[in-house]
Amino acid sequence: MGIKEKTKVRAFHQAKWDEPIIFELSNKGERGILVPEIEEEIEATVGDGVSVLPENMKRKKAPALPELGQMQVLKHYLRLSQQNLGADLNVDVGQGTCTMKYSPKINEQFAASPKLTELHPFQDEDTVQGILEVMYNLDVFLREISGMDQFSLQPASGSQAILAMASIVQAYHASRGESEQRDELITTIFSHPSDAAAAAVKGYKVITLYQNEDGLPELEALKAAVSDRTAGLFITNPEDTGIFNPQIAEFTRAVHEAGGLCGYDQANANGILGITRAREAGFDLCFFNLHKTFSAPHGCGGPASGALGVTEQLVKFLPVPHVEYNGNKYSLNFKVPESIGKVRDFYGSIPVIMKAYAWIRSLGSQGLKDVACTAVLNNNYLFRKVLQIRGASAPYAKGRHRIEQVRYSWEYLTQETGVTTEDVTNRMIDFGFHMWSSHHPFIVPEPFTLEPTESYAKAELDEYIAGLQKVSQEAFENPDKVKNAPHNSVVHKIDNSWLDDPQKWAVTWRAYLKKHRHKKE
Amino acid sequence: MSKKQTRIHPYIPNLVPDVQAKMLEEIGVKNIDELYNDIPQHLRFKGKMNLPEPLSSEYALKCHVDRILSKNKSCQERLSFLGGGCWQHYVPAICDEINHRAEFLTAYAGEPYEDQGRFQALFEYESMMGELLDMDVVNVPTFDWAQAAGTSIRMAERITDRSEVLVCSTISPGRLAVIQNYCHPAMVVNPVKSCPKTGQMDVDDLKAKMSANTAAVYFENPSYLGFIEDQCQIIADITHQNGSVCIAGVDPISLGILSPPSNYGADIVCGDIQPLGMHMQYGGGQAGFIATHDEERFVMQYPSRLFGITQTAVDGEWGFGDVAYERTSFAHREEGNEFIGTAAALWGITAGVYLALMGPGGMQELGQIIMQKTQYAMRRLSEIGGISAPLFQTAHFKEFVVDFNATGKTVREINRALLEKGIFGGKDLSTEFSDLGNSALYCVTEIHSKENIDHLVKSLNEIVND
Repeated sequence: MGIKEKTKVRAFHQAKWDEPIIFELSNKGERGILVPEIEEEIEATVGDGVSVLPENMKRKKAPALPELGQMQVLKHYLRLSQQNLGADLNVDVGQGTCTMKYSPKINEQFAASPKLTELHPFQDEDTVQGILEVMYNLDVFLREISGMDQFSLQPASGSQAILAMASIVQAYHASRGESEQRDELITTIFSHPSDAAAAAVKGYKVITLYQNEDGLPELEALKAAVSDRTAGLFITNPEDTGIFNPQIAEFTRAVHEAGGLCGYDQANANGILGITRAREAGFDLCFFNLHKTFSAPHGCGGPASGALGVTEQLVKFLPVPHVEYNGNKYSLNFKVPESIGKVRDFYGSIPVIMKAYAWIRSLGSQGLKDVACTAVLNNNYLFRKVLQIRGASAPYAKGRHRIEQVRYSWEYLTQETGVTTEDVTNRMIDFGFHMWSSHHPFIVPEPFTLEPTESYAKAELDEYIAGLQKVSQEAFENPDKVKNAPHNSVVHKIDNSWLDDPQKWAVTWRAYLKKHRHKKE
Repeated sequence: MSKKQTRIHPYIPNLVPDVQAKMLEEIGVKNIDELYNDIPQHLRFKGKMNLPEPLSSEYALKCHVDRILSKNKSCQERLSFLGGGCWQHYVPAICDEINHRAEFLTAYAGEPYEDQGRFQALFEYESMMGELLDMDVVNVPTFDWAQAAGTSIRMAERITDRSEVLVCSTISPGRLAVIQNYCHPAMVVNPVKSCPKTGQMDVDDLKAKMSANTAAVYFENPSYLGFIEDQCQIIADITHQNGSVCIAGVDPISLGILSPPSNYGADIVCGDIQPLGMHMQYGGGQAGFIATHDEERFVMQYPSRLFGITQTAVDGEWGFGDVAYERTSFAHREEGNEFIGTAAALWGITAGVYLALMGPGGMQELGQIIMQKTQYAMRRLSEIGGISAPLFQTAHFKEFVVDFNATGKTVREINRALLEKGIFGGKDLSTEFSDLGNSALYCVTEIHSKENIDHLVKSLNEIVND
C-alpha cells in the first residue's frame, strides 16, 4: 500500500511494547555481565581487598539495582529505542532551531574507532598527534567559515559556549579595569534562552530587546539600551524566527561605540555558510553548534559541542589548553596566563568534534555553500506551502523570505477550532512526525517552528506538509480527534498533575514506590 | 552537463537541478540568491572559504580520516596507567549497541509521546543511580563532574544565600578551574588544607575557615589522588552545624563497596558517569550527575531536566515528563536556575544500560577486584628501590600516588622511558601538586591483569635501578 494515495500521509503506528520499568523485570540472581575474575596470586598477596576499608566507609547494603540476564537487558533497551523516533526515521523538519540534519554513518565509524575511543586525555602528545591534528584543523576550518581568528573546541554545547563567551567578555573588561562598571548584557527575545541565562550565571543584569513588526529588534532600542554599563551583546542571527537582521553591523557598531563586545550565537548558521560571516558583521566572538549545523547527531540531548571563536584581541582569554601546531608537531598549550581557565574538563566532546571535521572534509567550500543554499530553498518551499494551510500563519516581515527556518503560528486555528499547537503536535505524532512549538515565552501565539535543513528530499517535505494539512483539516472537521491525540503512539495523553506536585512527583523509581505504591497497598 | 554537475552530493538530495527548478517555481523566485535578499551586500562574504578540496566519495574520506587516526597510539595498543578523572574500564558490548541505535543516537528534544523511549530510559538511569547513591532525586546528566560540582555549589549558594565555598585542596586542578570560572564573580572558592600524611581534609583548618558566609563544603571520595576520605561524617557535622550544605564528589564505580555519601551526611552528591560504560574518547565521554534527597528546597534549585514518571489517560500506562519545569531557564530565561540545554543525555542512557547489566552483584565484585588489584600494584611497586606507593597512609580505591623522589629521576624522565617500553605511566603531579615533588598518579582497574602490573613493575625497576 505505502503512503495513502488520497491523504498522502502514512497509516503509521509507533512501536508500543507496554514495556515495564526495568526494576519490574528484575529476577534475583540473574546477571547481565560478569566482571573479570581476580587472579589467585593477587588474592593470595592482598587478601579480599576490602578489609582495609575503615568500617564507616564500607557499604552496608548492596544497591538495589535490577538483576537481569544479558539478552533481557538488551531487549528492554531495544524496545525503548523503538519507542523513540530519531531523525534517521523521521522527516525531522519539525524541530526548528535544532537543525535536525543527516548525520552520516561513516562519521559514526570514525568516532567509534578504537584509535579514538581508547585515547586518554593525559597521554603523551606524541601518541595523540592524530586527534590533535583533527582538532587543530577543525579550528582552522571554522576560522574560514566565520572569519574569527581562533577557536576553542572545549565548550560541550551551545549553552556552555555562551557561558564561555560571557566569561571572556568579563575577563576582557576586567583587563581594562571596567568589569564592575560594565554589568549589563543585552540580548533579544528571539535569541536562545541561554543567551540570557548563561550570562546571568556570570552575574550580568540581562536586558532583553523585543521585536518590532518585522520580528526584529529596533536599532533605536539598542542605542537606548547601551551605555557605559554595557558589557556586551549576545544575539542570534538569523533569529529563531528565521528572519535575518540586515542591520546587524549597525548593532555591533553601536555596542562597540559604547565600549562593549559582541557575541554571535550562530546556532542558526545552517542557511548562511559561505554567505555571510561573523567577521563581516563586526562580531568579536561567535560559536557554532557542531551537533547542529555541522551534522553530529544530537544523542537525545548530547553529547554536543559549542565551538567558540574569537578575534585576535580575545585569543588570550580562550579556555586552556589551546591546540597549537608549529609546522611539525601538534601540542596542547596550558600556559595562557590571562585565560578564563576552563569551562569543561579536558578538551571537549571529542566524538562530536571528529564527526564535524569529517563532515566539512566531505563537503569542502562549495559543498558548505550548497548546504546553506539548499537549506534556504527547502525552507522557503515549505514556507510557501505552510501558508496555504488553513489556520497557519507566519507573523512578522510579511512578503519577505526567510533564511533556514520559520516560526509559524496556529493562532487562527486555535481561534476557530480550539485546537492548540500542543494538540497539533500530539496529532502529528500519529503520522510519524514531530512538531515543536518554540522556546518560552510564547511571543508568537500558538507557535511552531520548522527547519527543513538540506537533508530532506522534496518528496519528504511534501509528506510533512500533507501531515500538517491533514491535521488542520481534522481540526475543523473533528477537533476532538486532534485534542485527544496521540492515538497511534506509545502512550496516551499524559497526566501532568504529578510533575509539579512535590507530594506526587517521582524522579526515581524508589521515589515512586514511596509516594504512590505504598498508598495503593 | 559537466561531470561536476552530475555528482550530486549524497547529503543534499535537492541539488538535483530539475527538483530545484520546480521548487523555485513554486516559491516564485528565479534563483536561490533572491531568497537571500534580506542580507545586504556589505555583509556578504565575497571571498572563497579556504578549505581543503572536498573528499566527496565516502571511500576517499575514509582513507583520509583513517590515515590521520592511525597516528594515534591508543591505550588498547599500549599499556596505560592513566586516570585522574577519565578512566579505562571495560565497556560492555551492550552499552555500545544501545548508544549506537539510530533511534537514540539521532533523536533530540522530542516530546514524551513520540520520544517516549528516551524519557523512560533516562528516568530509569536516574532511578538506578538513585539506588547506587541511595538518594531519591538524580538529574538528567550535565556535561561532566566539574559542571556537576559547579552547579551543586551554586545550588548551595541559592539555598543558603551565602557566597563562599570551601573545597578540599586535593581536588583535580582541571575540575577546580571549571568551578572557579563557574562561581566567579558570585562566589569565592577557598581551599581547605589537607593533612600531608593522609591527604585527608585538615578538620581543624575546616573549623577555622567555616563562617557565616560559608554556603557549602565540597570534598571528594575517593579523592582525585586516590585516597579515601574517612572523616566524612565529621566534615558533614561541622558543615551542618554551620548551616551550610555538605557536597560530596564521588566516583560512582566505587559504590558497590564504598558507602554512598548520603549515608555519611552529604546533602548533594555529584560526580562523573564516564566509568559506567563510556569509552574514554580522549576525555570526550564525560557526563556529570547531581543527586539530592527529595526535598523541595533541593529539588527547586536544580537547573537540570528532571524526568519524572506519571500516569496517562489509559489505566496502567506509564507516562513521563519534566518535573518542576518552571524552575528552568527554558521556562524563564535568566530568571530560571542557571541554564539548561543540550548536555550529555546519550551517556546517561548508556550508564543506565551499564548499571542494569552489572546489577548489585556486578558492582560489588567490580569494586572489590579494583581494590585488590590496586593494593597488589601498590605493594609490588613499593618493592622497587627508590619508589614508594601509596604516598598517603590511608585506604585507596583505583588510584594512588607513587613517590619517585628517592629515585633521583623526574617523573618526566621516567614516563619517557616507560613510553619507549610501550607503557603510559601515571600522570605527572610535579607541577599540579608541586609539594609532592616527583610523584605520579597511577590508576589500576579491572582491565589490568596481574601480568600487566608485573610488567609495569619490571619496567620501572629497570628504569630507576639500571
